[in-house]
Amino acid sequence: MDVADEATARQGGTASPATSAPTRGAGSAHALPAPPRSRARRRTDGGLRKGLEIAFFVTPALAIFSVFVVWPVIRAIHFSLYSWKGYGPMVDFVGLKNYVTVLGNDVFQGALVNNLTIMVVSIAVQLPLGLAVALLLNRKLKGRNILRTIVFVPYVLAEVVTGVIWRQMLQAQYGLIDTIAAAIGFPTPQQGFLGDTSYAMGALMVVLTWKYLGLAVVLFLAGLTSVPEELFEAAQIDGASWWQVQRKVTIPLLGPTVRMWAFLSIIGSIQVFDMVWILTKGGPANATQTMATFLYSFGVDRNLYGIASAASVILFVISLVLALTYQRIFMRRDADGGLATGRKAKKVGAR
Amino acid sequence: MRRMRAGATAVALTMSVGLLAAGCSGSSTPTATSSTTGGTSDKPVTVTWWHNSNTDPGKGYYEQVAKDYQAEHPNVTIEISAMAHEDMVTKLEAAFQSGDAPDIYMERGGGELKAHVAAGLTKDISTASADVIKTIGGSVAGWQVDGKTYGLPFSMGIVGFWYNTKIWSDAGITKAPATWDEFYTDIATLKSKGIAPLSVGAADGWPAAHYYYYFALRECSQDVLTKGLSTFDFTDSCWLKAGKDIQEFIAAAPFNDGYLATVAQTGATSASGLLTFGKVSAEMQGHWEPGVMQGLNDGKAVENIGWFPFPSISGGKGDPAAAIGGGDAWAASAKAPDEAVDFMNYLLSDKVQKGFAELNMGLPTNPAASGSVADPTLKTLLDFRDKSPFVQLYFDTALGTNVGNAMNAAVVNVFAGKAEPQSIIDDSTAAAALE
Repeated sequence: MDVADEATARQGGTASPATSAPTRGAGSAHALPAPPRSRARRRTDGGLRKGLEIAFFVTPALAIFSVFVVWPVIRAIHFSLYSWKGYGPMVDFVGLKNYVTVLGNDVFQGALVNNLTIMVVSIAVQLPLGLAVALLLNRKLKGRNILRTIVFVPYVLAEVVTGVIWRQMLQAQYGLIDTIAAAIGFPTPQQGFLGDTSYAMGALMVVLTWKYLGLAVVLFLAGLTSVPEELFEAAQIDGASWWQVQRKVTIPLLGPTVRMWAFLSIIGSIQVFDMVWILTKGGPANATQTMATFLYSFGVDRNLYGIASAASVILFVISLVLALTYQRIFMRRDADGGLATGRKAKKVGAR
Repeated sequence: MRRMRAGATAVALTMSVGLLAAGCSGSSTPTATSSTTGGTSDKPVTVTWWHNSNTDPGKGYYEQVAKDYQAEHPNVTIEISAMAHEDMVTKLEAAFQSGDAPDIYMERGGGELKAHVAAGLTKDISTASADVIKTIGGSVAGWQVDGKTYGLPFSMGIVGFWYNTKIWSDAGITKAPATWDEFYTDIATLKSKGIAPLSVGAADGWPAAHYYYYFALRECSQDVLTKGLSTFDFTDSCWLKAGKDIQEFIAAAPFNDGYLATVAQTGATSASGLLTFGKVSAEMQGHWEPGVMQGLNDGKAVENIGWFPFPSISGGKGDPAAAIGGGDAWAASAKAPDEAVDFMNYLLSDKVQKGFAELNMGLPTNPAASGSVADPTLKTLLDFRDKSPFVQLYFDTALGTNVGNAMNAAVVNVFAGKAEPQSIIDDSTAAAALE
């Protein structure tokens, strides 16, 4: 294991001289007497210079990315191949056994289903709701800015704060919601919404929707401002009603924004942790367990770092595959459209 | 990262070699260790000490204790780090991983200690603290691995029922239940008066699991229990019987509404909060409960609170006087100097433990200090503890974090009515297979 470490360390070591090598080359090139130069030479100099500039600007980002993203991922993969409790030497190599354990675990399977449920329900609920609110707030109403702020406030609130407030409101018998329900004679589950295995997931979805609707609305509103005013005018002159304008003009033109928002929503749903942890800790009886709470309970609570790492690698792969597939299928045109001018557009044509 | 772990490996290696040597010398020539202790006594030594009494009076008391010790041993300097408990636990974990642990630290015993010992992080103090170990008696069992002692428990409490004596007497119940049959009658009486008999913080897992620990303690013989916990063998029928007891208990619906989403100790609607404000009549909890309730009650002690032990079960093979409990112990890291162990012995002395008890810092393990506990309710608890034939460490601590947390989660599933008692055994055994 140390040998492997050494190897990656050495790779890392050689990587940085490689990036600094052109620097030295450039330095000496400048030191040479400049004028009598062939064109070809000068062109490579230009290429070198350009490469140098790219290296100069990209290196810091790349370094941070490697240290904080690539390296941890490599370490997680490394950990996931061992049975390891977090301290002492990591010697018990188990191959892919941890992955088999995780994938065969009922709780993990349940967690995966929960993540997918959150993903689907988030989009199914927040998309129409967010669009409706955004279209409403895009009209010229009195107090529009105040309303916009109100809608956006939940998103600005810290996740922990939101969780604690909602947990108190949803408390059985003494919480605000149960108190109101009791006052109007509306029956609530005896265990409370968060304590009943058949309602906990629903309650969680309500809180997540409340929290993240603001983001959808703000993104959609931003998207709406980029729709040219003339199109509305033209449609109105052609005699389109407000509904027709929204359906045929606004919403289609909002496409890129909606696809971008859905992408963020999907990634967020797959990784959701804090809200679940504060509201239910994945309970009752694993009813709201997500992949992130699963890996937390195995890593931090049970000190099975090997298994937790395997779960985190699985989570990482699922996120990556989802993100790439989504981008390929839904967002390719958006990305290209964004760079409509210049070479990129030509390339699309060529393709 | 790499360097850190390589360092840890090296330390672990030297430590296990050191332990081996200590073990050998300990068994063959017990005097050798004591003579080396005598030999080093003049050289200046610094002992680092981490504890979690970071507020007064505890903080000041420990500073004074260290000062007193230094006055008698001028060559020893004690460096204290008083931290909030959670900070201490996190820092300790990191310190162990980097091989930079303090000389004296707080050890919770059980499976955690077993892992520390297996990684060669903790010093064997069987010989150097032999006298103190004899004084403390049975409480030390939770800090022994393979017959060797690694920690000196300085505070040891047990779990039992804290109840509102006024609510109980108003409901016409005059004495605490001694058997489960009596307890079931009391539960029915309280419910008929419209009072939730008990609260439990099942959202946190362990408060619910404590019930399983106690049922198993009453159902299983001591031998089956201790062997089962140390070898993860839950095949004896008493383990399943304890699970069925839980199921029967849940069927009587003794708990507050929403107990599955109730947390243990935070806020007015936590399990402790409900008892504090008289919303339930009782709660099963550890010896820290009065302190927690006082904290929830704006710092004022809660009145009319009594204590009774977990009732006996007819037909159970366990001793009805045994208890589930746990505590904190001082332990020395593997490379700590002998002076550190000597100071630990001093911390367990009659004098220091008496002061500890008088300041309400915990429940002293040195019997000489038992008389110094002033609170009458805590005194009831202490009397029961001192009469217990043995105090079984909380199962989750004894089993270690992995199997312990798996067992807790399985018990909660039974509490939620989502799993059969057999799943407690199955899930715990499955977790043990991952060790």
